[in-house]
Amino acid sequence: MSTSDGVLVRVKDVEKVFHRGSEEIHVLSGLNLEVPKGEFLALMGPSGSGKSTLLNLMGGLDRATNGTVEIGGERIDEMSDRQLAAWRARHVGLVFQFYNLLPVLTAERNVELPLLLTPLSKAERRQHVETALTAVGLNQRSRHYPRQLSGGEQQRVGIARAIITDPTILLCDEPTGDLDRKSGDEILGLLQALNREHGKTIVMVTHDPHASARAKRTVYLDKGQLFKEKPE
Amino acid sequence: MKFLFLIWSNLKRKKLRTILTLLSVLVAFVLFSLLSALKLALAGGVVMADANRLIVRHRVSFIQPLPYAYMVRMARIPGVSAISHTTWFGGIYQDPKNQFGTFPVEPDLFLPMNPEIILPQSQKEAWLKTRTGAIVGRRLAERFKWKIGDRVPLTSPFVQSKSGGAWEFDIVGIYDGAKKTTDTSGFFFRYDYFDEARSYGTGLVGWYQVRVNDPKQAMEVAAAIDAEFANSPAETKAETEGAMFQGFAQQIGDIGTIVTAILGAVFFTILLVAGNTMAQSVRERTQELGVLKAVGFTNELVLGVVLGESLVISVLGGLAGLAFGWLVVTGLGQAGFIRQYFPLFFIPERDLIIGAVLALALGFVAGILPALQAMRLRLAEALRREG
Ligand SMILES: Nc1ncnc2c1ncn2[C@@H]1O[C@H](COP(=O)(O)OP(=O)(O)OP(=O)(O)O)[C@@H](O)[C@H]1O
Ligand SMILES: [Mg+2]
Repeated sequence: MSTSDGVLVRVKDVEKVFHRGSEEIHVLSGLNLEVPKGEFLALMGPSGSGKSTLLNLMGGLDRATNGTVEIGGERIDEMSDRQLAAWRARHVGLVFQFYNLLPVLTAERNVELPLLLTPLSKAERRQHVETALTAVGLNQRSRHYPRQLSGGEQQRVGIARAIITDPTILLCDEPTGDLDRKSGDEILGLLQALNREHGKTIVMVTHDPHASARAKRTVYLDKGQLFKEKPE
Repeated sequence: MKFLFLIWSNLKRKKLRTILTLLSVLVAFVLFSLLSALKLALAGGVVMADANRLIVRHRVSFIQPLPYAYMVRMARIPGVSAISHTTWFGGIYQDPKNQFGTFPVEPDLFLPMNPEIILPQSQKEAWLKTRTGAIVGRRLAERFKWKIGDRVPLTSPFVQSKSGGAWEFDIVGIYDGAKKTTDTSGFFFRYDYFDEARSYGTGLVGWYQVRVNDPKQAMEVAAAIDAEFANSPAETKAETEGAMFQGFAQQIGDIGTIVTAILGAVFFTILLVAGNTMAQSVRERTQELGVLKAVGFTNELVLGVVLGESLVISVLGGLAGLAFGWLVVTGLGQAGFIRQYFPLFFIPERDLIIGAVLALALGFVAGILPALQAMRLRLAEALRREG
């Protein structure tokens, strides 16, 4: 699932403009980014600089105003909504700051959710869910509801849900932003292990230098552009 | 089907709200069942009517008798294929409360005229042989626990016997209805026995049933009959059974319209209740719907999940309401006063099917707008809203 040169994500000349009433907000202006396969990239930048916006474009959750987004050789900016949904189900794992678990479902049901879109049988789904929950160290809590879990545990359920379909890329938006240092470290360790041991490509938005230190590379977003160094 | 648990979990999110919505749907469908039974009960005669049959009665009213001799003259009118007659008797068994349809008839005219009355051949023969013989409908027989061979004394408020005492009848047959809508609460006995034993009125009958060859000619035949007896001391009024029963029904008001109007109002209210529940439930979980889309649910699938919730509520509530209504109607149907006044008291199959379709339609209409709203939620924006 990558082009021959090993580049998995290729964001080219991307612009993103939001409209708030008559006002135009230029969030990304001619942004370029390449993420090689197997990368663990940290994306930093001031609040409101467009980090989540960029992540959404890479995950096919939103569309760029201009420019192209190519992932694994596929132009996702050219896909229809329906194709994009199928593509997300197959290739993207998402981890959110506030976990975004469905409160009415148990941990295992939350993790199972993306598998409902696959042709897997009930028994196979069960098997996969168990494996994923074991991988994040939560197989004992599979029948618990999100409200019965701590923040760190909920985020681990979130990660289990993100990796259950063995996605091509893992996109994490401030995955430790709502956690204390210890739980945050555990989550970062988990992501690092997924990257190192399973070769998962990860893009992680964070405000925390402690977190970005765990990544292989860090880029900074400011005024619609990416920088290799933190701009002054 | 694998998405059913998702629908189910969402309904459990606010249990009280779901239960209240379910209950309001249920109540609406209980009402639907009751009104449908009531409508049938009041329109009963119209349902039982046969387009091939005319009723010929005294022009002034049903209570005035007609001469027996009219039968021969009517038989000569073109288009008439058979004639039967009967007379008011109003038989009472033991207690004045126990009054029911009791009619003197001539078996060999009456049975061919009323093919909806199903009587075994052996009982038919027994009736022809027994002057005091009577046949009773299944419902009536069950009501008084009568069996073949029982001797039943009846009194009549209209007709005295020469002896002055009660009329004695021997039950020789129990008939069933050819259709579910056939009334089986009647009591029929022989006219020859009746005419001979009554103290006055000999040679008179209450009204005639006339079968016509072709239902399309029913009106013309009716006009010909009335013309035949015009300017005689006993002028007639001939009309189809359907028209006659319709006349009855209209006297109590246009029940059908009233019932439909009530149900319309009830269902409109329920629609608003259910629709509001769904709309609120979609508004509350914008972010969750965004998550579904984020993990790869298509817009159409999200629409399906929300619509599914609405359908589950209304179909569960609707079917439970119909079932409950059916129990109530069946229970009421056993009650004495209902059996006495409404020989037909049940929910017609057709209405049960309409009810089921209505439940589906309710779920669809209540759910479609919120479901479309959920479908159209823009993914990135839905996720931005902090829950
Ligand atoms: N749907 C939208 N409509 C209008 N403006 C939007 C929309 N989404 C994002 N924006 C604006 O775009 C800018 C970038 O938002 P974004 O969420 O990408 O920032 P961020 O870098 O993730 O910030 P934070 O660190 O606070 O999460 C902000 O000014 C935000 O208000
Ligand atoms: Mg953000």
